[in-house]
Amino acid sequence: MHWISNLIVVLLVMGGAGLAQRLRHNRLWRHAAAELWARRRISIVVLGLFVLVALLDSVAWISSGDDSGDRVAASQPRSVIDRVFVPESFVETSYSAPFAEKGFYEDTALKHPGQHVLGTDILGNDVLYRTLKGVRVALLIGGLTSLIVIPIALFFGVSAGYFGGRIDDVVFFVMTVLASIPSLLLLIALIIVLGTGTLQVCIALGVTGWVSFCRISRGETLKLREADFVQAARALGTPERRIITKHILPNLAHLVVITFALLFTGLVLSETVLSYLGIGLDNSWGQMIDQARNELSRTPIIWWNIAGASTALFVLVLSVNLIADAVRDILDPRTLRERQ
Amino acid sequence: MVAYLVRRLAYGFLTVLGVLLLLFVLFFTVTEPEDIARKALGERVPPEAIAQWIVNHGYDKPAVLNTEHAVTDVKRYSDTLLFEHYRRMLTFDFGRSDADDAPISGRLLAGIGPSLGLTVPLFTLGLLVGLALALFVAFFRETYIDRSVLVLCMLAMSVAALLYIIGGQYLVGLLLKWFPISGYDPDPSVVARFLALPVLIGVLTGFGGDVRFYRTIFLEETGRDYVRTARAKGAGDMRVMVRHVLRNALIPVLTNIVMAIPFLFTGVLLLESFFGIPGLGAVTVEAIQGNDFSTLRTMVYIGALLFITGQILTDVSYTLADPRIRLK
Repeated sequence: MHWISNLIVVLLVMGGAGLAQRLRHNRLWRHAAAELWARRRISIVVLGLFVLVALLDSVAWISSGDDSGDRVAASQPRSVIDRVFVPESFVETSYSAPFAEKGFYEDTALKHPGQHVLGTDILGNDVLYRTLKGVRVALLIGGLTSLIVIPIALFFGVSAGYFGGRIDDVVFFVMTVLASIPSLLLLIALIIVLGTGTLQVCIALGVTGWVSFCRISRGETLKLREADFVQAARALGTPERRIITKHILPNLAHLVVITFALLFTGLVLSETVLSYLGIGLDNSWGQMIDQARNELSRTPIIWWNIAGASTALFVLVLSVNLIADAVRDILDPRTLRERQ
Repeated sequence: MVAYLVRRLAYGFLTVLGVLLLLFVLFFTVTEPEDIARKALGERVPPEAIAQWIVNHGYDKPAVLNTEHAVTDVKRYSDTLLFEHYRRMLTFDFGRSDADDAPISGRLLAGIGPSLGLTVPLFTLGLLVGLALALFVAFFRETYIDRSVLVLCMLAMSVAALLYIIGGQYLVGLLLKWFPISGYDPDPSVVARFLALPVLIGVLTGFGGDVRFYRTIFLEETGRDYVRTARAKGAGDMRVMVRHVLRNALIPVLTNIVMAIPFLFTGVLLLESFFGIPGLGAVTVEAIQGNDFSTLRTMVYIGALLFITGQILTDVSYTLADPRIRLK
C-alpha cells in the first residue's frame, strides 16, 4: 500500500507545480498571489510547514538493514517522520511531562530524559510525534475530500445552472434532499453504514460537503449564463462545451478557492466531533483530544496531551481561515477598486 | 399567496419522501438486516437466533418487491420493507429500538423537553448576541474596535467545538465551580443551573461565524441610498442602524437562522452528551455508540423533518418580511 501513497505524493507535488506554472502566466492570478503573500506571509509559511510534514509522513519505504533491530518494524513501511522519531524505541512506560527527567507518576528515570518536547501519553508515546502524525490525517480529511468533492459539485452545479430544465430539476431535488438532513446526522448515518475506514469517512464527508458548493456554483452559473459575454459567445456560434470551459469555469475559480478553504476547515473541525463519537479516524487530532479529555480532571492535571493536538488543530484551521479571508478580499471584484 | 403556500408545502413533502428514500437505501440495502442483527446480538450467536431477531424486528420482508404475491396483488408492493418503512415513518410509528426493544417514540417524547430547554435559550441568546455585536462593529466599521472584534471572531471560529466544551467544563465547572459540571434535573428551581453552562458554551461556539456573517450583511446595507436619505433626514446613528439597516438586513439574516437550525441540532448533540442532558442529542449519541440502527434512522428523519419545516416557515416569513416577494 505504501507505494500508492508515495505515488500520490509525487502526483500532488507535480500537480501543484503544474498549476502554479499555469497560474504564473496569468497576470491577474500572479497579482493576486503576490498580494496574498504580502498580506498573509505567516499563515502561508505555517500552512506550508503543515503540508511539508504531511508529505514527509506520506513518503514511506521498507528498508532492509534497519538499525532498530525490531523485526516487525523493519518489515513495515515507515515514513520519514517515523524514521526521525523511531517510535518503537522512543517510548516510555507511562505519562511524563514535557522535558521531564522522570516519569510523572512513578519516580523512575525515563529512557530518554529531557527529550520528549511535549511529554508522553498514557502508553508512553511521544506526544509531539503523535501530533505530527495527526497532520497527515487532518490534511487527508480536509484536502482529499475537498479534491474529490469540488470537481463533482462543480460538474453538477454548472450543468444544472447552464442547461436548466430537467437536469436542473433533478440536481436541485437531490441537493434539497441532502441539505434537508442535518449534516452531522447524515455524516453519522453514512459512517455507521459504510464503516470507519479513511476512505469511507472521506466519502461520507464528501456526500455531506458537496451540496453547499454545488448550490453556489449553480447560482453563479445561472447568473453567468445571462451575462453579456456569454450571450456574445453564443451568438458567435461557440460550442456549448467551449462556452462552459472558457467563459463559465474561469469565472467560478475564485469561488472554488474560497469554498476549498471553507470546506477544508469545516471538515477538519467536524472530524473532532466524529472522534468524540467514536467513529473518527485513527491517529487524528480528534482522537487525541478525545483520549485526553478525561486527563484534565486528574490531579496534578495532564495538560500536554490535549495541548499538543488542540494547538496544532487551532493553528492549522486559523491559518487556513486567515488565508481564505484574504483570498476572498483579493479576488472579490467589489473590493478591487477600493484597493487600487 | 395560497397557491405559493400549497406549492411550497408540496415540494416540502416531496423532499421528505426523498429523505426517506435515502434513509431506505442507507439502512436497508447498504446494510443488510443480518448486519444489523449481528451488531445487536454480537458476533458469536447461532444463525437461528439471528433469523429470529430479524423476524421479531420486522426486517424479514423482501426489500422492494415481494415475489410471493401475485403480480396483480397490491401486497406484491405493500408487503415489503420499502413500503413498511414509508408507512411507519410517515405515520410517526417508529417502532422499537434495535438495541433494547424500548419504544422509540417514548424516548423521543422524553427527550424533547430537555432538548428544547437547551436549544431555545441557546438559539435566542446566540441570535441576540450575534446581531447586537454585528451591529456594534458595523457601526464602528474600519476602526480598531471593528478590527479587533473581527480578529477575535476569527480566533473563535478556529477552535473546535469539542475544545470549547472540554475547556468550558474544566474552567467554569471544575476550577471556578460556578455551575455543576454535568447532570440534569427537570425541577424548575434548579434546571437553569444545569443548563447555564451548556448554553454559554453553545453561544461561544457559534458567535464567531455569525458575527462575521451579519457584519457583512449590515455593511452591504449601510452603503445603500436609503441609509444616506435617512441620515439626511436627520435620523440619529442608533435609529439608522436599528430602524433602517437592521430591518432591511432581515432577509439574509433569516436565511442564516434557518441554516443554523441543523447546526444547532448537531451542536446540541455534543453539548447534551457531555453535560448529561437527557435530550434528543443524547439519544442520538447513545444510538451511535450502541449500534442502534432503528433509533438512529428515526433521529435522522426527525432532524430532516425539523429542518424542512423550518425552511418552509422561513420562506413564508420572507413574504412577511419583504413586501417585494409578496407581490410575486
